[in-house]
Formats: sequence, C-alpha cells, structure tokens
Amino acid sequence: MEQKRRRRVALAFALLAVLAVALFACNVGWGSVRLSPGAVWDGLLRRGEAAVVIWQLRLPRALAAALLGGALAVSGFLMQTFFANPIASPFLLGISSGARLAVALVMIGLLGRGILLSSAGMIAAAFVGAMVAMGFVLLCARRVRRSALLIVCGVMIGDICSAITDFVVAFAEDSNIINLHNWTKGSFSGIAWRDLAVLAPAVLVAAVLTFLLSKPMAAYQLGEGYAQSMGVDLRRFRLALIVLSGVLSACVAAFAGPISFVGIAVPHLVKGLLHTTRPILMIPGCLMGGAVFCLLCDLIARTVFAPTELAISSVTAVFGAPVVIAIMLRRRLRDD
Amino acid sequence: MDDYLLHADRITVGYDGVPLLREVELHVKKGEILTLIGPNGAGKSTVLKSLVRQLELLGGRVYLSGRPMDEMSGRQVARSLSVLLTGRVRTEWMTCGDVAAAGRYPYTGRLGLLTDEDRRQVREAMALVHALDLFDRDFARVSDGQRQRVLLARALCQQPDVLVLDEPTSFLDIRYKAELLTVLKELVRERQLAVVLSLHELDLAHKVSDRVLCIRGDRVDRCGTPDEVFSGGYIEQLYGMTRGSYNEVYGCVELERPQGAPQVFVIGGGGSGLPAYRQCQRQGVPFAAGILHENDIDYPVARALAAQVVAEQAFQPIRSATVAQAQQVLRGCARVLCCVPRFGALNRANEQLLEAAAAQGIPVERPHRSEG
Repeated sequence: MEQKRRRRVALAFALLAVLAVALFACNVGWGSVRLSPGAVWDGLLRRGEAAVVIWQLRLPRALAAALLGGALAVSGFLMQTFFANPIASPFLLGISSGARLAVALVMIGLLGRGILLSSAGMIAAAFVGAMVAMGFVLLCARRVRRSALLIVCGVMIGDICSAITDFVVAFAEDSNIINLHNWTKGSFSGIAWRDLAVLAPAVLVAAVLTFLLSKPMAAYQLGEGYAQSMGVDLRRFRLALIVLSGVLSACVAAFAGPISFVGIAVPHLVKGLLHTTRPILMIPGCLMGGAVFCLLCDLIARTVFAPTELAISSVTAVFGAPVVIAIMLRRRLRDD
Repeated sequence: MDDYLLHADRITVGYDGVPLLREVELHVKKGEILTLIGPNGAGKSTVLKSLVRQLELLGGRVYLSGRPMDEMSGRQVARSLSVLLTGRVRTEWMTCGDVAAAGRYPYTGRLGLLTDEDRRQVREAMALVHALDLFDRDFARVSDGQRQRVLLARALCQQPDVLVLDEPTSFLDIRYKAELLTVLKELVRERQLAVVLSLHELDLAHKVSDRVLCIRGDRVDRCGTPDEVFSGGYIEQLYGMTRGSYNEVYGCVELERPQGAPQVFVIGGGGSGLPAYRQCQRQGVPFAAGILHENDIDYPVARALAAQVVAEQAFQPIRSATVAQAQQVLRGCARVLCCVPRFGALNRANEQLLEAAAAQGIPVERPHRSEG
C-alpha cells in the first residue's frame, strides 16, 4: 500500500513535469506565427528572425504563465485549507479583485503625476489590496458559519471591487489606460523581463515558505482544535497562511489581472492525481499543476482564434468551472 | 508534589471573559477515569476546552504532572496530553493510518516526515484500539465507531499521560458506544493513562468512571464515586427532572407516571410485571402494583410508574397487614391484571388477592397463566 502510494506520487510528478516542459515548448513555438522546432532553437540562441518574437514576447509570457499559474494554485490551496472549504479561492473570495482595485488606484494616482508604477510597487499595492479584501472576508467568516454563505460574501466583495475598478479606469484619462484596460480583463501578455525579475523571486520565496508550513498545515487539515492540541501556534500559523496566500494572489493580480477558477480547479485536480492531500506533496504539486494548467489555457487563448486573443479567464473558466460544479455536486457544501 | 497527572486548581472558565463556572477543582491520577456529567449547556465542554488550553482560563491554574501548564510550550503539552474532540473530522484521500499518524506531530521534525520509530508507534496505537485492519482504509469511508477508534489511536500516537475526551460516544450507536468505552478501559489499564471525559449517557458514565464530577449552575455540584453520585435521587436533582425519573439501579430513564387514582391492579413479580407496567404507562392508565418484595426486579420500575405500590420488605414473607393494604387498593380498581404465571410459598398472598377480586366481582385477566 505504502509502496503503491509512493509510486503513484512519483508517476504524477513525472507526468506534471513532462506536461510542463511540453506545454512550455508549445507556448514558445506556437502563436500567430508558428515556428518550427529548428526556428525556435535558433531563436533561443538569438539567431534568425524569430529571436525577437521569442525573447521579447513568448518566453517571458510563458514563464509568467507558468509562475503565476503555480502561484494561483498554491494560494487557492492555502485558502481551501484555511477555510476548510473546497471552493475557497482568491478569485471567488474577492481577494484578487481587491488586489486589482488597489493596483488600479495606485497606478492611476501615480500616472496623474506622471510616475510609472514599478513592478515591486505593483506587487506591494496588490498585496495591500489583497489583505484589505481578506480582512473583509475574515470579518464575514466570523459571523457566517456556513461555508456556502462565506463564498457568497466573497463574491460580493469581489464584485464591489471590480465595479469600483471599472469605474476608476473608465474615468481615468490617459494614454496608458489602454494598457490598463487590457490588464483589467486578465492576461499574461505584456509582462516584461523586468517584471519577471521581481515576480519570480516573490513567487518562489513565497512558495518555499509555504512549503515549510506544510507540517502545521497537515495538522490543521484535521481541524483547528486538533492542530492546537498537537502544538500548532494557531495565531502565528493563521497569520502566516493569510500573508503567504495574499502575496501569491497579489503577484497574480498585479501582473495578470483577474484569472478565474485556477485556484479551485488545480488543487482539486492535483489532489485527484496524487491521491493525497498532504501539503508537503500538494504544494509542489499545485505549483507544477498550476503552471501546466495556465500554460495550456494561455496556449488556447492565443492560438485558437488567432490573431484574435481570448481573455485568459474565458479559457480558464471553460476548464475550471466544470470542476467546481463537480466538487459541489460530489460533496454538497457543508451547511453546519 | 501530589501524584495527580492532571490537576485543575480552582479554575474559572467561560467565554469572552464571562465566567460560566467558578472555582472548578478537578484532578485525575494514573489509571483513573474521571467523567463529567451535567445538564446540556452546563459547561462540560467549556471545562474540557479550558483544561486543554483551547479556551483561556479566567482564573486558577492547571498542572500537568505537577508542572503549571501555562509555562509549558505547545509541544511539551502535546507530548503528555492528547485529546479526542467532539464533532466530525472530514478528510480527503486520507487513510485511517494517515489520520493516526497525524498524532506523531510533537515528535516529528520541521517537515513532519515520519521515521521508522514513528511508524512503529502508529501501528502499535492502531493495534491497541483494535483498528490495525483499518490501516489502509479511507478514513472518510469507515463507520462512525471505527472513526472514533482511529481518532483514539491518533491521540495515543502522542504518547500521552493524560487523555481528554469530549463526548466521545455521542454519534455512536450502542454497539460502538460499548466498543469504544471497552477499548478505553483497556487502554487505561494497559498504559496507566489518566482520563478525563464528558458523557451524555448516564448509564455509561456509571459503568466506566472511577469518579464522577457533576456540573450544575455555575459550579461543581458534587464529585465522587459513581455509587455516591448515582444514588439517593441525586441525578434527578442534578438535571432538574420534573417529569419522569432516573432509575439508579438499572441506569435508565423512566417517563412520567400516569396521573390519577389506580384503575388497574397489576400483580407482578420476578420481572413478570414489567411489560404490563410499561403498557399502562404508554396508554396513560394509572395503575397499582403489588404485592412486590422490595428486592424484586419489578420494584424499581413499579416505584417509578405506578400510582401506588404495595410492597413487602425484602426477604420477609408477605405479612397480613400488607395483604390488607393490598386488598384496600384492589377495591378501588376496575380490573386486575395478574402477570405471574404461578404462585409459590413467598407470593401466596397474591393468590389470595385474586380470590378477593373474584369475590368482589372484579374481572381478572391472566395473560400468562400456566396450564401446569
């Protein structure tokens, strides 16, 4: 039994790795212009005409999709653990929208003074927004015992934030607003290397810190009473969980905007693949699974109706929403 | 120091700074089971939660093997005290072995990886609660009783000296209730644990506990051996029972007796009267029971349900004064139900009652009359 489980986990990780590499290659090779493997190779070595497309557009975009996808999935897993709710996620709980609102406000405020917000500044603003939205969700969680209602509260908070964001964007007048407009719909495009230089360390450090929390998280999965009785410092643990999931969703919200359902669908699929919920396996699993999921979705978004590009959320929703429905049908949301 | 493994020294407990129970004094020794009983909402859970630091104490101190618990780290406490909490544990993709292994938490390293010694401990704990065959089964798919045993194994994996259980039998049917408490008894004997638990089921509390702590109002009302607590009508007083009663001998609840003057005279004895008493109670017919010896197994139920009981002292032949009393009661009844199949030397007086009834034209029913 133990051996069987180990083999399954090893196979699952191998599968995720193969998929990640393959999809990454496809993302670099395919697009409005389809490049042959040879052309891609030349481009990577900065030879030939494909070099610009690859180095300026596709490579950073694929890296961003992989990193942010992983970040979204891990942050979703953290929230599901925190709220003991299988459909909690930064998107549904309004945390992504809160982060986005904060970024939009700061960006527009600074643009008015002719300052462009730096990558780190974007993450910082998004983090503050995420924490404020999370604060509201936690206030609701205190009063609402039923987890379905908590999700409804989160969706409302998200809607309010989105509405204000739209309002602010619509009334801000600047040439850069077109860029902003694209971003408010959610997309991995337009992420430059200098963004990645901030984004990648932020996501990876947060992921490593999350991984180090896997022991108390495993205890927390049995309920906070048991976690406390086994020696988990609940206050510190909860704070760490909230901050880390906030950082991860802030990175996504700052650079890619709203991306729906990845945070729920990926942890669920990875769980089914690994046949375990142990955080020590789930965290790396979600990181890789999120990368695979977002690489696939971005590939579809870019190529299916090329040259028209779909909003990334339209694609993630098509794949992600059925998973959420499946979860809800399989185990009716707790109403106690 | 005292040899108490767990000692709550006049603790005051409650929620949000509002005291619910004051000056609770509680202690358990090695190999001892202390049970908390009391009406719903009296604060059994509050006491237990305060003992294990899930609620802040509003006063007093708790000592674990003589050490003040508030000076110990979470890990230190977890290594000598573990819990079985009320409420369901929901898991996904976790085997029973995984759930039990979670209890190794205070012994594992930064990432919580299990060593061979940890695995050995888990198997041993599972064996102790007779759950080794569940090791690879999905925790979410085993029965409630099996789940409780696995959670008990989880608690044992912490290698505790003290075990605190909050209503461990509440969800379980009688088979699993008996099974869990039997396992608990075995554990206490084998591992010399000190156990504090709360129970709803008074009959089980009576049987499993070495001492019983009764909570009522804002304090501990009484603490003593089961025989001290389950006697003298104390339970009815503790729970403020006004309708119905608690049968201390059989450990069961009796509903309120039918009101009014007796309409039926039930002649019982040796268990034969019980079905008739219960039927009268169900139909709301007030009845008289007689003539019973006070040591008859019918007697406690008759006392609880009958409008009037005519009884003779234990071990005495039925005296004529008692017969006379019975005949007087009989005269007021519309019919007689004779449940005893035959008469012997000690209940010959009941046969006389039948004759008296016949003489007075009171109809007699004998459902169990033996033909011999």
